[in-house]
Order: sequence, then C-alpha cells, then structure tokens
Amino acid sequence: MSVFFAKRFLTFLATLVGASIVIFIVMEILPGDPALVILGVDATDEAVLALTKELGLDRPALERYFSWISGMMQGDLGISYAYRVPVWELVEGALKITIPLAILAMTLSVILALVIGLYAAANHNKIGDVSLMGFSQLGISVPNFWLAILLILFFAVNLRWLPAGGFPGWEEGIWACFKALILPALALATVQGAMLARITRSSVLEVFREDYVRTARAKGLSQRRTLWGHVLRNSMIPVLTAMGFQFANLLAGTVVIENVFHIPGLGSTVLKAINNRDTIVVENVVLLLAGMVVLTNFVVDLLYAVIDPRLKAHDI
Amino acid sequence: MALLEVENLNVDLSTAMGPARAVRNLNLTLDRGQSLGIVGESGCGKSMTALALMGLLPENAVTTGEIRLSNENLLKKSERDLCSIRGNRMAMIFQEPMTSLNPVHSVGRQIMEPLRLHRGLSKTDAKKKALQLMDRVGIPNPEERIANFPHQLSGGQRQRVMIAIALSCEPDILIADEPTTALDVTIQDQILELIHNLVAEEGMALILISHDLGVIAENTEKVAVMYGGTVVESGATDQIFGQLSHPYTQGLFAAMPKLGMSRNKRLTTIPGTVPDLVNLPSGCTFTDRCPLASNICKETTPPIEELGPAHTVACHNLKKAIEARSTGLYE
Repeated sequence: MSVFFAKRFLTFLATLVGASIVIFIVMEILPGDPALVILGVDATDEAVLALTKELGLDRPALERYFSWISGMMQGDLGISYAYRVPVWELVEGALKITIPLAILAMTLSVILALVIGLYAAANHNKIGDVSLMGFSQLGISVPNFWLAILLILFFAVNLRWLPAGGFPGWEEGIWACFKALILPALALATVQGAMLARITRSSVLEVFREDYVRTARAKGLSQRRTLWGHVLRNSMIPVLTAMGFQFANLLAGTVVIENVFHIPGLGSTVLKAINNRDTIVVENVVLLLAGMVVLTNFVVDLLYAVIDPRLKAHDI
Repeated sequence: MALLEVENLNVDLSTAMGPARAVRNLNLTLDRGQSLGIVGESGCGKSMTALALMGLLPENAVTTGEIRLSNENLLKKSERDLCSIRGNRMAMIFQEPMTSLNPVHSVGRQIMEPLRLHRGLSKTDAKKKALQLMDRVGIPNPEERIANFPHQLSGGQRQRVMIAIALSCEPDILIADEPTTALDVTIQDQILELIHNLVAEEGMALILISHDLGVIAENTEKVAVMYGGTVVESGATDQIFGQLSHPYTQGLFAAMPKLGMSRNKRLTTIPGTVPDLVNLPSGCTFTDRCPLASNICKETTPPIEELGPAHTVACHNLKKAIEARSTGLYE
C-alpha cells in the first residue's frame, strides 16, 4: 500500500514540475507586455520600463521561474500585476465558488446518469429506453449556455424561485449560496449527465452479457436482483473514468456558465488574468488546476480498487 | 413418471440473416438419479438445449414444445416461478470457470447466495454450509479460501467453486455444459470424478454435455448424439458404444485418435462442416457430409427407428450404415 502511495506522490510531483515548465514557457512566448497592458498604449517608454523593473519582469526568465517555484514552496504565490494584491486572495475567493459548484454539478450529473442509464439498460430496446436515449441525445446536443438562459427565464424570471445570477458570498449563509449555485450546476449537469447516462447504459448492457451474470441467473436470481447484485458494480469502471474527466472539466471549463450567471469562479478569474497579461495569476491558477486534475485521477484510481479487487493486486 | 421429459423442443433464434433453428424436435427423458450425456460437435445445439432447460436462452430466442419437470411444463411457468427452480431444483455448471464467477465478489459470498435465496439461511448458517460445500468439492483450507476472490484461485479451483454453487441447494438435476473443456488435462479427470461421485452420493440426475466421447462413455448411463440441432441417435451408453449405428455417430468415433495408430497415418475426419442453422437442408441435416447419402436423404426428414429397447436412430439408410460398421464408413 505505501509503495502505491509513494509511486502516486512521485507522479503527482513530476506532473506539477512538467506542468509548471510548460505553463511558464507558454506565458513567456505569449505576446503582450504586462506593463504595457497595465499602463495603456499611450504610456511613455520610460514609464513602461520603470513598471517592468518594479514588477521584476526585467530579470532573466530562468531566474523568474525559480523565484516563482521557490516562492510557491514557501506558500507565497506572488502579487498580481494587475490588481497589486496577493494572488492567493484572488484565487481563494474563486475556489470557494468553483469547487462547491463543481461538486454540486457532479452530484446532479451522477444522479441523473445513474437513474436514466440504469432504467434504460434494464428496459433495453423498449419504449422507455428509446425515449430516454432520445432525450439524452438532446441533452448532449444542447449548448449549456443556451440551457442556462432557459433555466434563468423559467426559474428566475417566470417563477421567481431562484436568483438570475451573482453570488452572495458564503457569509450570507449556505442556503443563499445553494440557491445561487443550483441553476448553474443544473445547466452544467444536464449535458454531462446525459453523456454519463449513455456511458452507464452501454456499460451495464455490456456487463449483462458476461458469463458471471448468466451464472447469477442460473442461481435463481431475478433480473432485478442480478442488476443490483452483480451488474451494477462491475459496470461502474468506465462510468468512473468518465466522471473523473468530467470533474476535471468542471473545475476549469465552466467559464461560459460563470459568465452567464455572473459568478466570479476560477474560470472567469483566469480568463480575466489572461486578458490583463497578469501572467503570475495565470501561471498559479493553471498549476493549481493541474494539481487538482492529478488529485482527481488519484481519487478515481483509489475508487477503481474499491470497486474491483483485481486492481489492488496489480497496483500494490 | 420420469423426472424430466422434453418433448418436441424447438429453439429458434432470430438473427440478422433470418431465424436460426438452434434446436429442432428434440426429445429427451431423464429419470431421477440417471445420467445422460449429450454429445456432438460445436454448433450442434448442445448448449442451447441446456440453456433452454434452464430457461436462460438469450432474448432473441423463441422456445416451443414442452419441458416437463416432475410433470410441470417449465415453458408455461412465470419468470418468478422459474427463478425459484433455477439453482434450486435444477443447477448448471458452465464451460468457462475463468469468467463464470463474479470478479468483484468473494467466492464465499457467491456460494452463499443461492443458500440465502432459496433456503433463506442467515449469513452465519449460509457461511457454515458454504464451508462444508467447499470442503466437499475438495478446496483445501476453506476457512481461508472463503474470503478469496476468483482471480486468486486457479481454473480448477474456480470450477470446484462453481460445482459448490450448483450443489448448494441439492438440486434434482445438475447440468454440466462442457465442465472440463477449459481446464488442464490433468485437472479434467479430477473434476469429472468429483462430479461423478457427488452425483452418485446425492442421487442427483446429471446431464453432461461434451464433445469428448471418452468423457461421455465413462460418466453417463444414457447418450444422445446431437447433430444440426436434433438428436440423431440415442440410447444406453453401452448400447451405442457397442453398436455404432448412425453414420454421424460412426464418424465421431472414427475421428477419435487411437492409441497404437501408425504415426504417418492421418486422423480420420468427417468431411464438410456443420450445417448453417439459418438455411437448414429440408431432409436429413447430415446429408451433405454423409458417405451413404441418397436422394431421399435430401428431401425427407429421416424416421426415428428403434434398434433395440430405447435405442433410437434417425437415418434413411440404417441397414447400409450398420453393414458398413465393420469396414468403417470413413476410411
């Protein structure tokens, strides 16, 4: 077991080092001078030069890279060029929105996927299966921002049950925050849940054809008991893999939905930082995302081993 | 009254090419404690017959005829009733021990499952019984093994677990579909002997499906030789092995490698391949491969003739076939 964790931890570190180098190089190549962006096109050369010096951007690239890394190891992410506040302050607020939003959307997506996927598989090729798969096809095809607008129209404008956008902040209480996050989560979960439902259905159908399912039926188990007792757990591996990807996607890829609902999440933060050439913020956020993706994969791998005892034997 | 009577069993599978007639007009009887071997090549309908008996055919199968277990027609029973028969009064062992056990459940749990389902045993009682069963089927250290997962056991051990599952509720009939085909030759004999002994001790009836004539000869009292989805010859094992009659049965025997055969002699084969179940010939299905085939074989289904008590053969040219026995039809 400890070998497994040690191996995983080394992979984690190696990924972060690799990611940090790639991010740094990309931000170096990216045209646009932070000082120029901050001061505007009318700024004099002297002013730009002075600001460049002040921000420490005149130092050689290698030196800047190592000072970033060593600062990070001491828990100092640096100061935002554009806002002149510590990067962590910007990121912290965004994380407090993005992570709960991702978890909420993932939960909704999994519930949706399991209910639809299992029902469809259990009623394979019957009317319920065919119509649910039709709906899921629709769910995958609909752009989530369009769905988000529909949800706002219906729940916020017509029914007035939920706010149309914005985020009150956690000091306003969990319920207020939940109300602000539920619509964006639903908009994200519909598309992902529809995809996951199809994966669940096909995986369950595949496991239904396995020899051990026939054994279970030969023991006298009904179709339903076979589904719950023998099929479900075995069919969860591909579903879990997809869930891992989706969760990683929810952490970083929700910019559009954040904009529709005016939520200052991580996606919006990084987008703004890119526009401002606030390279230090971009570098830190992207590295943070890379870390979270690796962590997600690690959790997924641990769950594989929980589902299938054979995987423990290979890994450890 | 026989324990199991199969009358006019037909299994049609709907395929993209049209309906495939996997089993045609099949008749079988089995008494309590009796053992029946079903022998034939791959694709002759052996496994389909077994699955039809268990009511576990794929969804695209249509079954007609009658399968009577203690005079009750199983084809008329509800799925719920069938569930209470499967694993309880009729149990089955499959060909592939490597894939027939659920990889994510311990073997103990899998053995306990039918006990809890049909006998309503508590967890503790079911575990006790599972340990006894594992001991009976020859798994060493049941106390340790009971917590093992299938991948931690060898193929032979897994098949022993399958046997333990099948035996758990003391069924009236045990169906073993090629139980040793996937195993090492050294293990095959052990497993067959185990099945043989357990069946005798429990007084169960056995249906043993195999393509191996040796296995059938050693382990069963009756034999049904299947070809193209139907029984072409059936009778007591001694009778059939003593007087090979149907040209196909003779071919199966001729195709067996024999000890002392000259090295440079080729093995005898039956020319051709099994018929396409979607486009079965209208007469005898063996016509295309039979050295004795005549015009009548192509057009009409052969009558079932009685050669001796309970020894039946379906062949138009039975006399010629019996005469050819001494010289060998396939030399």
